[in-house]
Amino acid sequence: MKYVIIGNSAAAIGAVEGIRQADKQGEILIITNEPYHTYSRPLISYYFSKEKIKTSVKAGDLKLPHTENNSANTAFGGSPMKYRPADFYKDNNCELIHSTAVQIEPKKKKVMLADYSLVPYDRLLVATGSSPFTPPQFENLEKKHNFITLDDAIKLEKSITENSRVLIIGAGLIGLKCAEGILKRVASVTVADIAPRILPAVLEDESAKILQSHLEEKGIVFKLSTEVNNFDEYDIVVVAAGVRPNVELLRGIAEIGKGILINEKSETTAPDIYAAGDCTESLDVSSGEIKIMALLPNAYIQGEAAGVNMAGRDEPKVFDKAIPMNAVGFFGLHVITAGNYNGEVYTANTNKDYKKLFYSDNKLNGYILIGNIEKAGIYTSLIREKTPLDTIDFKLICEKPGLMAFTKEERLIKLEGVS
Amino acid sequence: MKRVYVNEKWCLGCHLCEYYCAFAETGEKDIARALKTSKIKPRINIEEKDGVSFAVSCRHCTEPLCVKGCITGSLSVNNGVITIDTDRCVGCYTCILCCPFGAISPSETGAVQKCELCVKTLEGEPACVKGCPNNAIVFEERGVNL
Repeated sequence: MKYVIIGNSAAAIGAVEGIRQADKQGEILIITNEPYHTYSRPLISYYFSKEKIKTSVKAGDLKLPHTENNSANTAFGGSPMKYRPADFYKDNNCELIHSTAVQIEPKKKKVMLADYSLVPYDRLLVATGSSPFTPPQFENLEKKHNFITLDDAIKLEKSITENSRVLIIGAGLIGLKCAEGILKRVASVTVADIAPRILPAVLEDESAKILQSHLEEKGIVFKLSTEVNNFDEYDIVVVAAGVRPNVELLRGIAEIGKGILINEKSETTAPDIYAAGDCTESLDVSSGEIKIMALLPNAYIQGEAAGVNMAGRDEPKVFDKAIPMNAVGFFGLHVITAGNYNGEVYTANTNKDYKKLFYSDNKLNGYILIGNIEKAGIYTSLIREKTPLDTIDFKLICEKPGLMAFTKEERLIKLEGVS
Repeated sequence: MKRVYVNEKWCLGCHLCEYYCAFAETGEKDIARALKTSKIKPRINIEEKDGVSFAVSCRHCTEPLCVKGCITGSLSVNNGVITIDTDRCVGCYTCILCCPFGAISPSETGAVQKCELCVKTLEGEPACVKGCPNNAIVFEERGVNL
């Protein structure tokens, strides 16, 4: 069996680990257009603030073996940015090609690379991720930066000075993590968004205000409900106005909505072609809607399911519990959210902490926690498992997430190994 | 694989497991000296209400959502034991978002902390098991996969 994986981030790595659960022998070929060992994309914002990350990247610790020098490449080595140990590819018997996949020929089961060479596959995984969306007014702006890849971070880091006045377009996760990362390295950071609140896709008004105040205290300036068109007062403009799934390779081959449509087995609608991660759309079980849920945990789990199923394990691996969810911290203040914010609301706010739970029809739909995030995963599991709220002590769990709120029978399963 | 299981019928709610857990991390010889002045941050926690109590620590799931969700690769499975590389963890708390048992918690170092079955600190049974005065926490092979 010959497996080809396009992409080298969380979904691709999940697929390698999934394939190897079921098939130790088959050939795995990974096609990546970045010259790096698999690295954690969300860590690029730490490139500015964590010395160890920057020095290890500069020392070439992440460079692929067959590109330039690779002397520092030992174990995880000095690089906290590696998503897997240095020997990952060797240990999993994978081959890496540093090239770009330009076309898929599904009838011949081949992938064409940038140099027109053809790579045959028996099973293919498209884990191409997403690309930054650039609104038209930024297209030709010379001081424009993106903030998605390690190369983006390296380029931005080279451009900033302590006198830089930085404008970030987009108050989403990428824009705000970028703002946090560079704040101490530049003269000023302004974040603009056409939306009226920060993290518009993650928070609701009240929680967004709390986080915004925290970020303002640290020195970040916000221009919300604002479309900035004059960039003269800024030296650097980071465009973080959202991303678009990289679906083009499967255009005309598999069904595509906003992303590549996959089912719970990570299959596309095309035979022997799977997809996983940020390039896909799938079912959000908290809302019943098909949507893009570009989150690292989902990417990995979809990739792993794809891998197991590509290898044809007797019992297919199914991921039918995807929900939107986020965990993120800014200057020590942590935010965890999951699900959707419809239904009745339970609120518990103190000076320090913020909690909102959203529920209806005997189910928890979603939650927002700021500050005290302990045991948040117990709320996440209620959403994911669609736990009927009348089977638990809902009042107790609202006040304090814990296993105490479950029945004794349920606790026997969870804690005593009773099946 | 051997895991820590709790028997809530026998749990006294004495919290000794929490103290033994915290002590195991210190590397000190004397428990009183090691813990006397500090507020402990154990990796096992007692839940208690209305006369019911039980200890909760990592289940070392065979399908670990924390490991799969970890954005840095700091959480990994080693011989069935889920361990954390605290040098590489950036404290994003995605694992806390994912863990259905509430068994991973923030720590003072910035990295998260969780039960590692004392594989890094002790030989044999984990400290909470050794220290439980009523056998309410045991270290056994029960062949159940979570």
